Amino acid sequence: MVKFLPLKQAVAENLKNGDTVAFEGFTHLIPTAAAHEAIRQGFRDLTLIRMTPDLIYDQMIGMGMAKKIVFSYVGNPGVGLLRRARDAIENGFPRSIEVEEHSHAGMANAYEAGAAGLPCAVFRGYRGAGLAAVNPNIKSVTCPFTGEVLAAVPSIRPDVTFIHAQKADKKGNVLVEGIIGIQKEAVLAARRAVVTVEEVVDNFDDLHPNLTVLPRWTIAAISVVPGGSHPSYAHGYYARDNAAYLEWDEIAADREKFQKWMQANVIERAADDFAGRVEHLRKAG
Amino acid sequence: MSDNQNPLGFTSNEMMTIAASRALGNDDVCFVGIGAPSAACNVARLTHAPDITLIYESGTIGTAPDVLPLSIGDGELCETAVTTVAVPEMFRYWLQGGRISIGFLGAAQLDKFGNINTTVIGDYFHPKTRLPGGGGAPEIATSSKEIYITMAQTKRGMVEKIDFFTSFGHGEGGDHRRRLGIDTAGPTLLITDLAIWKPDPVSKEFTVVSLHPGVTRQQVQESCGWVVKFAEALDETPAPSELELKTLRDLQARTKAAHEGTGKGKAA
Repeated sequence: MVKFLPLKQAVAENLKNGDTVAFEGFTHLIPTAAAHEAIRQGFRDLTLIRMTPDLIYDQMIGMGMAKKIVFSYVGNPGVGLLRRARDAIENGFPRSIEVEEHSHAGMANAYEAGAAGLPCAVFRGYRGAGLAAVNPNIKSVTCPFTGEVLAAVPSIRPDVTFIHAQKADKKGNVLVEGIIGIQKEAVLAARRAVVTVEEVVDNFDDLHPNLTVLPRWTIAAISVVPGGSHPSYAHGYYARDNAAYLEWDEIAADREKFQKWMQANVIERAADDFAGRVEHLRKAG
Repeated sequence: MSDNQNPLGFTSNEMMTIAASRALGNDDVCFVGIGAPSAACNVARLTHAPDITLIYESGTIGTAPDVLPLSIGDGELCETAVTTVAVPEMFRYWLQGGRISIGFLGAAQLDKFGNINTTVIGDYFHPKTRLPGGGGAPEIATSSKEIYITMAQTKRGMVEKIDFFTSFGHGEGGDHRRRLGIDTAGPTLLITDLAIWKPDPVSKEFTVVSLHPGVTRQQVQESCGWVVKFAEALDETPAPSELELKTLRDLQARTKAAHEGTGKGKAA
């Protein structure tokens, strides 16, 4: 049953060295605070799963925490490349990492299959695509009814999934709004799920009945971290910090600059610092 | 050609975006790639195709952003959309389900058969440069009814042989798509900063059908890595109208102002 915990404790209780872990958020509601807490606690040998790895996986890879990444777009969204991830893939720095690459359709289907308790996902994909030749986890099956050859990928079943969401009610039910991405599937596919939220409200009595609500019994722990998805955004709370994404390109370009930045902005900081980072991004009034 | 404004009063990139916007119609349901395609699709919406349905892979369907998004998942896209769906639904029901008329893609590397590489430069396992990868493109390229591609011409970008097949165009040409069981049309249009290209009906090799105003055949060849074929009857692309130019420039000015507005953050 869900527990409300300080982020430090929620991460310590649910993540272990060697885990397969997803920090999801499709350009929105990225669980940066949770990722930074994992970095502070110094986990090793993680298999990091995420459709769009972006800044937080660039940081975790740059800190040497990942032995493998599973992804479908390893870019800084709207800006360009991920330079720490590149350094690891191209030069094995700070350690070499294994790469399992899919398309968005492949990852989305694999999460959905994980949530559905299936061993694999079947879809019409990867036709003529080079990934099928370099990723042994992309195979095919023949439809027993029509004979159509379809792509098959193993389902994604993380040991633990971290997401950020707008709010929880006092019982621990969680509401996700806006671009909901793969949040729900990533939670339901995982053995354990940890959610950071902007705020806790008394109840969800006035909500529209078809909203995306994760019942409290699907979640292991909730931590209240206002601003916890900065520099991405939380729909209804604060805007995306585009300047930070642009700035990251420069920080991550240099190994020493990166280390200094991580020390000052992650290692020596805490979850409580996030609220201040989004103050200027909240809508006036 | 440089991006400098030519004597006609517009830049080659503006011509590219506007020519691309003209290819889209009011009834199109367009899956929009980020960057150049996104600008073209929104210019179309703001000029001759106000009812076009623009879809971004973050799940936003029928979106009408006031400024161009920096990423495919900006809040602006969700706030102005008819509906926003989850990512698996986006790829399963809407793309795989055959609801998309045009997939509009950009490219880092392109060959003459419309195959695109955005994955690696060099060998996949020992890349010289690791690029972001395909994202939604591998399935957009095969599940959309047609594919439009837009990119500025360079010899590095338009090459005889791409390093990796991120998304499949016409493969080795001819009926290669059919042989792989792909029943959609694939790339039917390429709009560059210099010209409009269409695939040859049989070989499927991209052929220049229209030169933008002031552009010569030689310029097209000099910025392309393969031997360019030109149609027998070569058109000249109509220059941007005042309305088209104003719409594009206003959109870019609004975008710049909006993205600079968040300028004091730190990437922590």
